[in-house]
Amino acid sequence: MGQIIAGIGTSHVPSVGGAYDRGNTGTPSWKPLFDAYVPVRQWLRELKPDVAIMVYNDHGADFFFDKYPTFAVGCADRYAIADEGFGTRPLPAIPGDLAFSQHLCRSLVYDEFDITVCQEMRVEHGFLVPMHLCFDVAQEGGEPAWPVASVPIAVNVLQHPLPTARRCWRLGQAIRRAVDSYERDIKVAIIGTGGMSHQLTGKNFGQMHKDNDLDFLDRIERDPESLTQLTHQTMMERFGVEGIELIMWLVMRGALSGAARRIHKNYYAPMTTGMGLITLEEQA
Amino acid sequence: MTSTCPPLQPPPQQLAAGGAKIADSDVFDLAMSWRGLRINKMCNALSMPHERDGYKADEEAFMARFNLTGDERILVRTRDFGGLLAAGGNIYFLLKLGVVTGNGLYRMGANMRGESFEQFLATRNDPGAT
Repeated sequence: MGQIIAGIGTSHVPSVGGAYDRGNTGTPSWKPLFDAYVPVRQWLRELKPDVAIMVYNDHGADFFFDKYPTFAVGCADRYAIADEGFGTRPLPAIPGDLAFSQHLCRSLVYDEFDITVCQEMRVEHGFLVPMHLCFDVAQEGGEPAWPVASVPIAVNVLQHPLPTARRCWRLGQAIRRAVDSYERDIKVAIIGTGGMSHQLTGKNFGQMHKDNDLDFLDRIERDPESLTQLTHQTMMERFGVEGIELIMWLVMRGALSGAARRIHKNYYAPMTTGMGLITLEEQA
Repeated sequence: MTSTCPPLQPPPQQLAAGGAKIADSDVFDLAMSWRGLRINKMCNALSMPHERDGYKADEEAFMARFNLTGDERILVRTRDFGGLLAAGGNIYFLLKLGVVTGNGLYRMGANMRGESFEQFLATRNDPGAT
């Protein structure tokens, strides 16, 4: 049987990728962010998940508005690194778990989630930043490689109408049913990415809402169902237009049980985005 | 024969009626996306290195290829990112136009706020985190 062992909520700000690629993770301005993930990587090395389900959004790297899926699930044995407009980042390609992805897609559709199945998917900062924050690239036989297989799940948070907060929560519950019904004994971590507060358009460009972000971190841990009642209007008033990405954390939280215990938590807001982190672990 | 379908009710709305505004910003909805399709399609092409080279070599030919209207071409020529947003440009696609024209996110943001880049940086908690 498959088993969900852990959930992580984390921001996926692109400048974090730039700092990582340039080796700036220890500068005074970046240390408060990167240091918070050192114990997270250690924790994940000990938990040893076989699969990471990465719930993220594409920012125009692989999906375009000619056809725009609400929920798109990767169903391949590997995922290439996308060029977002400034070249391809020097990261190893992402290994998939094809058999698990096929099971997940089948289970979700029969659970009445009418997803888009993607046998080719190029992943970008929404996926990659959380990936290299949470996992170390290992040198295996000379070739750099990720220590975990991944399943990308892309959520439309760009073009309204978006899936509701409650729908995202229910997707998480359906993912848990899929994992629980998988025949192989695999351990799964699920990562909900994006946010926290940010607004990237208009005269209030750069506006953040620290108090609302800290309240969200508290509620995603202790009272996540209260967040599923929020409309997009309310969420954007609290977290900014682009802060609506936080609905993706609800997919992660919906996949965990009520007994999951919080392990790590961090918040840092240096520039234009509140960067949050929370980890939760299921009880053995 | 009786119907098992429940009484028809419209689904609860997620956005304020008549086009949502959040802190003076538009929400990118289907009307905006339809309006901005040409601009966003052009920007989307800039994910390919050879298209970025082509754009830098001949911006006018590039805009013509994607059938931008006269008004849209003026917005691109003048690097009016606020105007491009109002014309239906999506911020994440406009960022690709920012890359090829030397206007990164924070420069675009300063422009939207009506500030210089340096003025904008001075408003941040730690401008070293870029």
